[in-house]
Amino acid sequence: MGFLDQFWQLTIDGLMVGSLYAVIALGYTLVYGVLQLINFAHSEVFMLGSFGGLFAARGLLPDDGSVPGGLASVGLVAVGLGVGAICGGLAAFTLERVAYRPLRRRSAPRLAYLISAIGASLFAVNLAGKEFGRQNVDLPDLFHNGTVFSFFGADVSTQSLVIFAVAVAMLIGLDRLVAGTRLGQGIRAVAQDADTAVLMGVNVERIIIVTFVIGGLLAGAGGFLYAMTFNASYSMGFVPGVKAFTAAVLGGIGNVRGAMLGGLLLGLVESYGGYLFQASYKDVIAFLVLVAILMIRPSGLLGERLGRAA
Amino acid sequence: MSAPPAGQPGPGGQPGPGGAATVPLRTSGNPPGSVDASGSAGSSGSAGGPARPGWHPAVLFTPARLRQLGVLLLVGVLAAIVTGPTGNSDKPLQAAKDSIADVRIVLYLGLAVALWVVLVLGAELRGALERVSAPVRAPIGAAYGRRGGPIVLNLVLLAIAIVAPLVVSTAAQQSMVNDIGIYALLALGLNVVVGYAGLLDLGYIAFFAIGAYTTAYFTSQTAMPWHAPFVLNPFFVFPIALVLAALAGVILGAPTLRLRGDYLAIVTLGFGEIIHLVANNADNITNGARGAFGVPHLSIDLLGIDYKWGIDPLPYYYLLVVIVVGVMIAFGRLERSRIGRSWAAIREDEIAAEATGVATLRMKLLAFAIGASVSGFAGVLFASKQFFNPQSFSLQASFFVVAVVIFGGMGSRLGVVVGAVVLQGLAFYLRDKVPPADRYIYFGAVIVIMMIFRPQGLVPSRRRRREIQLAEEGIGAADSLGVAPTGGQQ
Repeated sequence: MGFLDQFWQLTIDGLMVGSLYAVIALGYTLVYGVLQLINFAHSEVFMLGSFGGLFAARGLLPDDGSVPGGLASVGLVAVGLGVGAICGGLAAFTLERVAYRPLRRRSAPRLAYLISAIGASLFAVNLAGKEFGRQNVDLPDLFHNGTVFSFFGADVSTQSLVIFAVAVAMLIGLDRLVAGTRLGQGIRAVAQDADTAVLMGVNVERIIIVTFVIGGLLAGAGGFLYAMTFNASYSMGFVPGVKAFTAAVLGGIGNVRGAMLGGLLLGLVESYGGYLFQASYKDVIAFLVLVAILMIRPSGLLGERLGRAA
Repeated sequence: MSAPPAGQPGPGGQPGPGGAATVPLRTSGNPPGSVDASGSAGSSGSAGGPARPGWHPAVLFTPARLRQLGVLLLVGVLAAIVTGPTGNSDKPLQAAKDSIADVRIVLYLGLAVALWVVLVLGAELRGALERVSAPVRAPIGAAYGRRGGPIVLNLVLLAIAIVAPLVVSTAAQQSMVNDIGIYALLALGLNVVVGYAGLLDLGYIAFFAIGAYTTAYFTSQTAMPWHAPFVLNPFFVFPIALVLAALAGVILGAPTLRLRGDYLAIVTLGFGEIIHLVANNADNITNGARGAFGVPHLSIDLLGIDYKWGIDPLPYYYLLVVIVVGVMIAFGRLERSRIGRSWAAIREDEIAAEATGVATLRMKLLAFAIGASVSGFAGVLFASKQFFNPQSFSLQASFFVVAVVIFGGMGSRLGVVVGAVVLQGLAFYLRDKVPPADRYIYFGAVIVIMMIFRPQGLVPSRRRRREIQLAEEGIGAADSLGVAPTGGQQ
């Protein structure tokens, strides 16, 4: 089978995974926009949200291992998304409180934030490994009818359609939130110039927490979607984390729409590349993309700055 | 983790002695100087204070105090969970529930309350502690204050390092070589990157892997499927590994360091993972997950000296002591050289450094390459000492080296070696008591706690401590993670 025969299938897979990268990338980009910091522990927020959603959905499944299908499955997905988002939001909130805020209080150097986030990440990963075991945990395919329709010979499964739709809905929702609401205005103000924002009456502390929590909600919901397609494990956060960061840089870090574009593009590149080269080196592709952007166009496709772009 | 977010129970962050104690110290106007861990505040007269007017039971129950207590209790619960039973994915919350329902929880909560009482009475205690510890600390501090080095203290430490392995078991000797010695060397190398240049390298172990696999390539026909057409003595591999690792560092650092210091962190993180991935997957090059077996031990046969290092850990230990001491001396000189001063200038104010003619990009690259080459060097030692497989080069190992440097004190050569001794010693002590994978929970917690309460580390470098302090007061910086001033690429 040649590449062209597989083209549409690869495109659909790539878009699905890419939309997840985009959802996670938003967390990096938002925090970066507000604090000019790479939140190294974001991948653990994603992991915790993923576990939360997965366990909630598994808890609701019947004991005999069957899958309800139909509307009940949609309900399950909704519960998983909700619990995942809440877990992610809580994790992000705790992270901000514990690993960032004490340092911000005394305006520590940037190195301290990065290191503290790495410590928090190490702690969270291994604690999750201890509490939830170190094997992969998965969820059965929640929908009975595997394929909804064919698209140029490529099968589109219900599951991937649901994932793509939910991810895109979240992306649009966030874009509207940042561009069109008072809260979004606050976030953009802090991103543009935190000192001036304070003078204009923006509660910067609150904005920072809210930004972390929004990123966490998205990462948690995205984590559940990711676990639906693949599986969850204590160390699952790292690879999607690096890829989502790559997506954020690709689109222009600090730029909300850039992160979305970057995520989708990276998903496609990886999907094609994984087919053309060797699947086990798929992860290398994202990294090469990252280095290439840094060399060629470090400000990303759409440029940096949260304040300006949204 | 979960250090108190607000109550600032940090060393020296306590309300001053005397009457001030009624005022909960939670305002953000807290002068940054009071976070100074050496805490002159503690000795400044709590003992000499008058009738302690603040001493009323109500003092204990200010909202800030209660909040502090709440945070400590939460930390206690978390500690119970961390040290509690191991769970599994079928019953995700069972392990946590069991930990909390266990009797041990009483112990942890008791400890939390005790700690709270200590913190509340902190000012008094600090004074007493200061009086006790001052006679011990003063000479050490004075010795380190002198330029030219605290020779006596260093000789004592060296003597301890020489005698120590003779009084412990063989297993401990092995650990002293593989864990403490190698990691001390790695930490010294990473210290150049983190401590001197103020950058962050999260894939540091990748260069270690490069060193180890280079050794397998050149010294053995059987260790890996891919090997050199000739066989070299491991000693000749040292320079090769050094150059290769440095080269990898430059290739990785050149595009990244042009931009922002913090991009380096994530690029090295990815690089570390890729090296691990390749080592693990490339069966017909590196022998994949089975690892390289049969790399010869170090040996000398030169000018009538014929000596072979074998399975006995002691000769390796003394070789490592010699190397570590040599590297410490060399880096001490490097730190005080023109290059070292350039690094300090870059950390403190990169733009000013660039403006005064420091080649910032080149200097950062140099630090990164030197760090990488030390790691490659250590990799050769490691490979010739023992069997290795890709597991030895996991991401966690990189994080562990970071933990050692942070814990010991970035920028402080003695500090990072002490960090390796303490953290690896702790790991060795805990090896039967805690499942090996769980150790990283503690290391993660140590990193966060150090960053919150003592960012300068256990044995701080004076200059670094001062920099962190000044940076917190808004003067200069203490790292070079911002946008590079070299321009052009932006």
